[in-house]
Amino acid sequence: MATGEDDLARVARMLAELAPGPVDLTGRLFAQWCTVGSPVGEVYVASTDRGVCYLRTGESVGGDDQRFLEQLRDRLGRPARRAARPPAGVAPALRSGRPGRLPLDLRGLSDFERAVLEATARIPVGETRPYRWVAERIARPTAVRAVASALGRNPVPLLIPCHRVTRANGDIGGYVFGGQVKERLLRLEDVNVDEVNDLAGEHVYFLGSDTTNIVCFPTCHHARRITEPHRQGFRTIAQARRAGYRPCKHCKPAELAA
Amino acid sequence: MGTVPEEDPHDDAAGRLRALLQEDLDAGFAELVREYQQLVYTIALRVCGHHHPDAEDLAAEVFLRAYRALRGYSAARLGELRPRPWLVTITLNMGRNNARDRGRRPLQVTLEDFVERSPQGDVFDDVAAGLDRRRALAELTACLPDQQRDAVLLRHLCELSSAEVAEVLGCPEGTVRSHVSRGLVRLRGLLAERYPALAAGQGSGGTGTPVAQVRRQERISGHRRG
Repeated sequence: MATGEDDLARVARMLAELAPGPVDLTGRLFAQWCTVGSPVGEVYVASTDRGVCYLRTGESVGGDDQRFLEQLRDRLGRPARRAARPPAGVAPALRSGRPGRLPLDLRGLSDFERAVLEATARIPVGETRPYRWVAERIARPTAVRAVASALGRNPVPLLIPCHRVTRANGDIGGYVFGGQVKERLLRLEDVNVDEVNDLAGEHVYFLGSDTTNIVCFPTCHHARRITEPHRQGFRTIAQARRAGYRPCKHCKPAELAA
Repeated sequence: MGTVPEEDPHDDAAGRLRALLQEDLDAGFAELVREYQQLVYTIALRVCGHHHPDAEDLAAEVFLRAYRALRGYSAARLGELRPRPWLVTITLNMGRNNARDRGRRPLQVTLEDFVERSPQGDVFDDVAAGLDRRRALAELTACLPDQQRDAVLLRHLCELSSAEVAEVLGCPEGTVRSHVSRGLVRLRGLLAERYPALAAGQGSGGTGTPVAQVRRQERISGHRRG
């Protein structure tokens, strides 16, 4: 019987050999965080192995590391550890307002939210678009409010420039870090905030040039090159079309015909 | 089964982890991952039909699920945590859910999985040449009845104590012991039948056990436990 027992022990030992080689999951599970400078002061940035996943201004968490970490854990359901430096490319992206190919980790968002953020990411520095424009770009023209709340849940503000989405009536609209920060960001990008306001006061939401017969959003860099004598204001794109204008191919105000 | 100690050699680790988790969840969790990632990955690998990327995904999901649960636990509940059986249970449950989604069976490794991964020549040639014990064992464990296979693998591959296996499988410890012992006897029989070279234990100095003798022992053993 002794041989039998030994044999069994040997079979058991052979089973233990089925164990795989070592694996290290820590890098996949933990987010890394640190602070980095931005146009609106220090910001907290967190990233995973896939890219930047969370950003908050120091101001919004009262400069309190623990408050940031609590928000991060609530939002991502992930533990975090401190990193020595931010992921490559974050500092220049924040400085320039152009994230370019900076990898972002947007897991945990719905398809709709991700689509909203992807459309928003294409708005150039120094320009703004209405919420409805974003809704049109993702083929959900009536989901304007849903677009606004998706932008409110943007996990990586500044990097995905949700501050560049404003209200169609010229109002600056809401922002995760408050309207004042939004306005500060837009002015830092040299958006013609005051001009847009003045135009809205006269119910002008689009600008055209009578030399090119092209109509734009007032913040479009083509609109801003139109000299005073050639500038034509419009309330709607339909009105501009009737006057013989075509929508700009850069800022694409086309769908907003109402 | 006197050859296998029943004490839990990981009790110290579990106690240390409980204290750490109560003190600082993220630091404790980092330790939890370090301590148990190999175990979770080992099970995940079997659940995922030995597909390494899937197994790593599953193992990561298991730990994230665990982290989210731990965040909601009170200090008292953290103090009662038995991390090993808890993590194994999460892994098996999530694995079963994934497997159900993909139409696979739990803890099962089919022969096809291995044949596919062996493009040159026949599996049996490999084994006969003494090249791959792992493949042979995986094939043979797949032949065990579900309960025996789960018990044997948790006990001897994952090295859980009988009490922990009982907790995970939701059956009495005595039942676990009997599943494990019958499973081992059966494996030994299968090994002698299909891979006599392996059963003879090359390199370990053991002598071959004739098939008839193994069968006789299996019967005896079956009587004794039954």
